[in-house]
Amino acid sequence: MKFSKDHEWVTVSGGIATIGISTHAQEQLGDVVFVDLPKKGRVVKAHESVATVESVKAASDVYVPVSGEVVEVNAELAGDPALVNRAPEAEGWFMKVKLSNEAELAGLMDKTAYDKFVS
Amino acid sequence: MSVPFSARHIGPDATETSAMLKVLGAASLDDFIAKAVPAKLRAKRALALEPALSEAEALAKLKHIASKNKIFTSLIGMGYYGTHTPPVILRNVLENPGWYTAYTPYQAEVSQGRLEALLNYQQMVMDLTGLDIANASLLDEATAAAEAMAMAKRHAKSNSSIFFVDANTHEQTIGVLQTRASGFGITLKIADVAELKASQVFGALLSYPGSSGALRDYSSVISKLHEAGALAIMATDLLALTLLKSPGELGADIALGSTQRFGVPMGFGGPHAAFFAVKDELKRIMPGRLIGVSVDAKGNRALRMALQTREQHIRRDKATSNICTAQVLLAVMAGFYACWYGPEGLKAMAEDIHAKTQRLAGALKISGHHIVSETFFDTLTVKVVGGAKRIIAAAAKIAINLRVIDKDHVGISLDETTTDEVIEKLLRVFGAKATISAGGIPLNLKRQSKFLTHPVFHRYRTETEMMRYMRLLQGKDLALDQAMIALGSCTMKLNAAAEMIPVTWPEFGALHPFAPRAQTKGYAELFVSLEKMLCDITGFDAVSLQPNAGSQGEYAGLMAIRRYHDANGGKARDVCLIPISAHGTNPASAAMCSMKIVVVACDALGNVDVADLEAKAQQHSADLAALMITYPSTHGVYEDSIMDICRIIHAHGGQVYLDGANLNAQVGLMRPAELGADVCHMNLHKTFCIPHGGGGPGMGPIGVRAHLAAHLPGHDVMRLPSGKRGAVSAAPFGSASILPISWMYIAMMGAEGLTQATKMAVLNANYMAARLKPHFPILYTGPAGTVAHECILDLRWVKERSGISVEDVAKRLADYGFHAPTMSFPVVDTLMVEPTESEAKGELDRFCDAMIAIAKEIADVEHGRVDKLDNALKNAPHTHQDLLGEWHHPYSKTQAFFPLGDHGFKYWPPVKRVDNVYGDRNLICSCPPMEDYLVAAE
Repeated sequence: MKFSKDHEWVTVSGGIATIGISTHAQEQLGDVVFVDLPKKGRVVKAHESVATVESVKAASDVYVPVSGEVVEVNAELAGDPALVNRAPEAEGWFMKVKLSNEAELAGLMDKTAYDKFVS
Repeated sequence: MSVPFSARHIGPDATETSAMLKVLGAASLDDFIAKAVPAKLRAKRALALEPALSEAEALAKLKHIASKNKIFTSLIGMGYYGTHTPPVILRNVLENPGWYTAYTPYQAEVSQGRLEALLNYQQMVMDLTGLDIANASLLDEATAAAEAMAMAKRHAKSNSSIFFVDANTHEQTIGVLQTRASGFGITLKIADVAELKASQVFGALLSYPGSSGALRDYSSVISKLHEAGALAIMATDLLALTLLKSPGELGADIALGSTQRFGVPMGFGGPHAAFFAVKDELKRIMPGRLIGVSVDAKGNRALRMALQTREQHIRRDKATSNICTAQVLLAVMAGFYACWYGPEGLKAMAEDIHAKTQRLAGALKISGHHIVSETFFDTLTVKVVGGAKRIIAAAAKIAINLRVIDKDHVGISLDETTTDEVIEKLLRVFGAKATISAGGIPLNLKRQSKFLTHPVFHRYRTETEMMRYMRLLQGKDLALDQAMIALGSCTMKLNAAAEMIPVTWPEFGALHPFAPRAQTKGYAELFVSLEKMLCDITGFDAVSLQPNAGSQGEYAGLMAIRRYHDANGGKARDVCLIPISAHGTNPASAAMCSMKIVVVACDALGNVDVADLEAKAQQHSADLAALMITYPSTHGVYEDSIMDICRIIHAHGGQVYLDGANLNAQVGLMRPAELGADVCHMNLHKTFCIPHGGGGPGMGPIGVRAHLAAHLPGHDVMRLPSGKRGAVSAAPFGSASILPISWMYIAMMGAEGLTQATKMAVLNANYMAARLKPHFPILYTGPAGTVAHECILDLRWVKERSGISVEDVAKRLADYGFHAPTMSFPVVDTLMVEPTESEAKGELDRFCDAMIAIAKEIADVEHGRVDKLDNALKNAPHTHQDLLGEWHHPYSKTQAFFPLGDHGFKYWPPVKRVDNVYGDRNLICSCPPMEDYLVAAE
């Protein structure tokens, strides 16, 4: 799992990146009440704001850390936004993106580096 | 010898003042102020106001001015109609400090009454518009239309930058749309709806009924807009909608308009609540406040403001709107009006008005006049070739105002106050005789659907029941009539009765904003007098009374700066510097003027980092438009660098916008213009005593230096010295009918009283800071270790040590009978306390005692003397329901309910801690079914 400075995480399998927000990010937000996700098929560029996540105290943009095409979004989040709090780095994922430039992954942090970044 | 009003307005007397000065180690008030307020900032000359008047003298003088207004029967229409405020609502709400002195319901637990009243209002708007969700009101119809346009731009699939406006829309609405469109880079296409090409626009505003009175079926137009990915917005009228097919049924995405005719006086333009309703899919980008249903800690029904993250203070420059407030008092009145009449009463009223209009149309037609549209609800446009002037003059002779459209057309709008006698008189003016009825609502637009079916609109038909319902709701809320509300930055000072009385004088209330000038000389005199006062106080050369709120003042001020640069070869100047400590409205306002925001850092003491400011001004020397800065700062400190800051901005070609949120700490001591500001807004609802109304109305006039005067807001209908361009509100003088409040305050205080008030506000704040400092650190102080008119209590350490949050403290204060101070603004996990000059030492001490007692409760948790979870703070607030059944908590009932003993009065919070998360995850913004009320009551 790799992390961005904007507090998103990425895992890659077969050229498809799964993206969500970090445990640290959801702790900062508090109870998530709503997640606005992009449409399937949208072509996104790295660092573009593609989603928003809202808690009762904040609304934050979610920046996609890699470029590609959105191939799936997590439909569970519509009915159960609290999933982002319960399992931010697992079932609470936001979207899957078919990578168009795998080289972008090199610019991301590993867990140790990210933990240091937020501490 | 009568007591001067200033002694009634200012809380502490001489004895109390010296006691407080002693605590602060100061010899006299002037010595203390000399220490607290940097000398170089002090005013160059004293205030030059007229001598202070007593209450009786000021009322008599204002009555004399008011008597120069002539009350005619207004049939002008254009969104403003005659209405009878039901006396039960007039006396129990509009004239009742329990309603008008409350603050915005941020602290939901102590605001359940007006939250319920607002929920009724939202339900009323949803029902009548046939849309899914309605907000708790906007400032006026014209700005509501502008908000809808901005929303459509953001949401529509269409990439067009053209917004279509039905030419049959009220002129003042078109004026405000033009101003806003220019700020956003939107092009307006104003034309007859027949010329609308849906594929070329991102949205369209359709008027229903049109400004001329005409009714059209827009359903096919709306379908075409939707096919093209554009949004359909309808400007409409709630009373008409009792008889007309609703916007929702016609397919509209957004409906808006004014609720003025639901019992709120015309007041020469305001204040009135504008309604705003949208389809469900648009709710997250809807501007304004939204009341929602949630549950409290015990699972009982409780209300609170929902989806607050939509608001500008969170979104900052990404906000779609800078709107901060609603028109709560007026929305509450309109909602109660609907409760009082119910659906059958409103429908009968509308039918009566409609039938009279039909009779009038028939008579005019028979006598040879041409009625421009055969379809109408309450408004006729009559063609009188070359005769408009003569007709208008003949009507004026019998004290009736008609709408002047052009030399060949006059407009007539009837309302609930139109009597048969008025109709008879009108017929004589036109030389017509009553015979048959003609025209009206076409069959295909007649409403079939039900509305106002909820029991709340059916239960209160007798005055006894209505009075008690309103009293029940009032009793749930904490307003200034019960205790001090020490909200930092909000300035909850006294709203004196003598200031409020003129508001409901018919000479101020019954005037239409577009009445001929010859009839409104009293208002004109009031405005001139008030503008002169405000110019003397601020040092500016000109004032615009038009902006309806602080946020609107910011917008008007930045637009004036924008136009000034444009007119002086500075079109490229588009950078707005804003300190990081600024209120979120500042960046939102700047963004609405297409300005780019560059953030300026603050130092460790909370002051603007002057080196950073200078570097950024230097860097943007070629494109610097403005600096927005609050003074005293949002941190409640008199920064002594303010004059240097202004000089730096001017040296780089920028203009200084001073946010006047804290102007009450300047009055009489210093002047924004002398500090170097070019423009500043004045929150009349803070500094100059207009009550907060439970979350509106407000007023945010702006003062400017001479070079900006030509760029102040103009008005399309009533031409102002600054011309026609740049209107920011529907009415030329904003919420004119509440301006007498500020005039009365200034007239009764005089130069000395106003200056004394400022000094006492600073003294009160410093006294509280001194008493609370040993228990809660004061986050920021000036060079002399003093604060300005407010202080920030630092509670950031509390959570770490005890697990108690700032929210726990805020809610616990309700058990002590207090409204919490401002929470987590401008710094997270702090409380900002502003006592104002109106609170006497006894009340300051009572509040300090409560905070000190809470500090002890926190210490008990911290040191393990009480349970970390089951304690009086975590369980706060404590309601009467907690007394039912067994008492299981490890602390006593006395500590829970009477922590400082019995002082003869007890405020009972009606609900326990409201669950915000539950409410936002399960959004309901309509009145819950009646069974829920019964369950909650059990």
